[in-house]
Amino acid sequence: MSGMNNGKLVEIRDLRVDFPNPSGFTQAVRGISFSLGREKLGIVGESGSGKSVTGRALMRLLPQAARVRAEALRFDGVDVLAASEQQMRSLRGGRIGLIMQDPKYSLNPVMSVGRQIAEAWLAHNKGGRREARDAALSLLEQVKIRDPRRVLDSYPHEVSGGMGQRIMIAMMLAPNPDLLIADEPTSALDASVQAEILKLIEDLVSERGMGLMLISHDLPLVARFCDRVVVMYAGQVMEELPARDLHRASHAYTRGLLDCMPSLSRKRARLPTLNRDAAWLEPHA
Amino acid sequence: MIEVEHLNVHFGSNHVVRDVSFRVAAGETFGLVGESGSGKSTVLRTIAGLNAGWDGRMAVAGQALGPRRDRAFFQRVQMVFQDPYGSLHPRQTVDRILAEPLEVHGIPDAESRITRALEEVALPRTARFRYPHQLSGGQRQRVAIARALIADPSVLLLDEPTSALDVSVQAEVLNLLSDLREARQLTCILVSHNLAVVAHLCERLAVMQGGRIVEILSEAELRAGQARHSHTQDLIALSHELEG
Repeated sequence: MSGMNNGKLVEIRDLRVDFPNPSGFTQAVRGISFSLGREKLGIVGESGSGKSVTGRALMRLLPQAARVRAEALRFDGVDVLAASEQQMRSLRGGRIGLIMQDPKYSLNPVMSVGRQIAEAWLAHNKGGRREARDAALSLLEQVKIRDPRRVLDSYPHEVSGGMGQRIMIAMMLAPNPDLLIADEPTSALDASVQAEILKLIEDLVSERGMGLMLISHDLPLVARFCDRVVVMYAGQVMEELPARDLHRASHAYTRGLLDCMPSLSRKRARLPTLNRDAAWLEPHA
Repeated sequence: MIEVEHLNVHFGSNHVVRDVSFRVAAGETFGLVGESGSGKSTVLRTIAGLNAGWDGRMAVAGQALGPRRDRAFFQRVQMVFQDPYGSLHPRQTVDRILAEPLEVHGIPDAESRITRALEEVALPRTARFRYPHQLSGGQRQRVAIARALIADPSVLLLDEPTSALDVSVQAEVLNLLSDLREARQLTCILVSHNLAVVAHLCERLAVMQGGRIVEILSEAELRAGQARHSHTQDLIALSHELEG
């Protein structure tokens, strides 16, 4: 791929995102920094921690009213804040694929699966409709859908949630992206289907040498699946650590989140709740 | 307290619940687990009277359930749904939402009951005149629980009550449910796909697959991995794997 910057696909330095509210601005992201190479990075935190907003900011998909500032917000050397709309269009859905939580809402309900994937392929590749359809078929095979020919002509309501998510992934792979942003890709799915979809994403990411940003509220899931984890709280990064060390996390917030989950192996009469410490939010030195 | 015998539910030509039988003792919390499509929520909704087209026998507190539920049933049995945003009226304030069951059942003393209900679920007083969209997800689920409890039911049907919540909020809501169950001697049925959540709240549970109950086991058996059916063993293995 062109223009590699010392292996970094994504570089984020001091990113701040504010949303206007009636009395000023709400700070959704308050000065976060991290970078991502061709690896699997997990971003975890509760709802409202700013993890999704961070992913959206990188694709410049936030509403116009949002105020986005950063010392650096770059994708493979491209300055996302200064890029033209045309440049962004080649990034979005082209070099960066976005997989969202619920395929029910992100697929077009009145267009057949085959046409949707072909459309994604045509938007970023040169070729005719015949080729696009062939490409769609091959993509469905790559996401391990049994009987891809039948699925090609079906509509989103005719497929299960897990299959819908496979179709979303197929669509995102159409333009051969360098980075996949998966925003809670399995939260709407059953545990068993969840495992299959994550395995699929894992295989595709390593086969194609892509980078992956996995945004999730599910700490154990991220720990099992990613190389590195960034833990976010209230728009700030609490800590960043190798995923395999997550159970040894040092920050009180991470520890608190891990501790308040009910466990099958350990019986407890009451679950500890999270005591949010105002000191977590003081600006880091 | 709750008896279900040979329950079958059909949706058109689909046979979604097949010959399901179980009993829940007074004060017990019973879990229904399984993957989506296993029929666990359908069983719960059928008890609540939200599905027509069933046969078999169901009884709550010794009274057999017919095709329709009367007012007395809803005073005794209440339900909490997965997504509080979808189950609360978006244009009613919390005050209005909580007042409605009291009006329906002709329960006097609304003012003090609403104040008490809010205290019981640990919502701030200021929440009373807010709309659902002005509350956080955890607060909304607390409102849904307060609404279910305000007419003093003895049975609570819980359909994935914490699946839409963050783990930190889930812990608070689970603690709240254990406290309320204790204080009010509630009989509960909890539907969840999360075995750890079910083990935390329930004394016994039924595992469902393809509309059938494949096995009923105790919380201790579940934790010890003493499952007889292969599907239960798979679910337990998966749950341990996810716990890491």
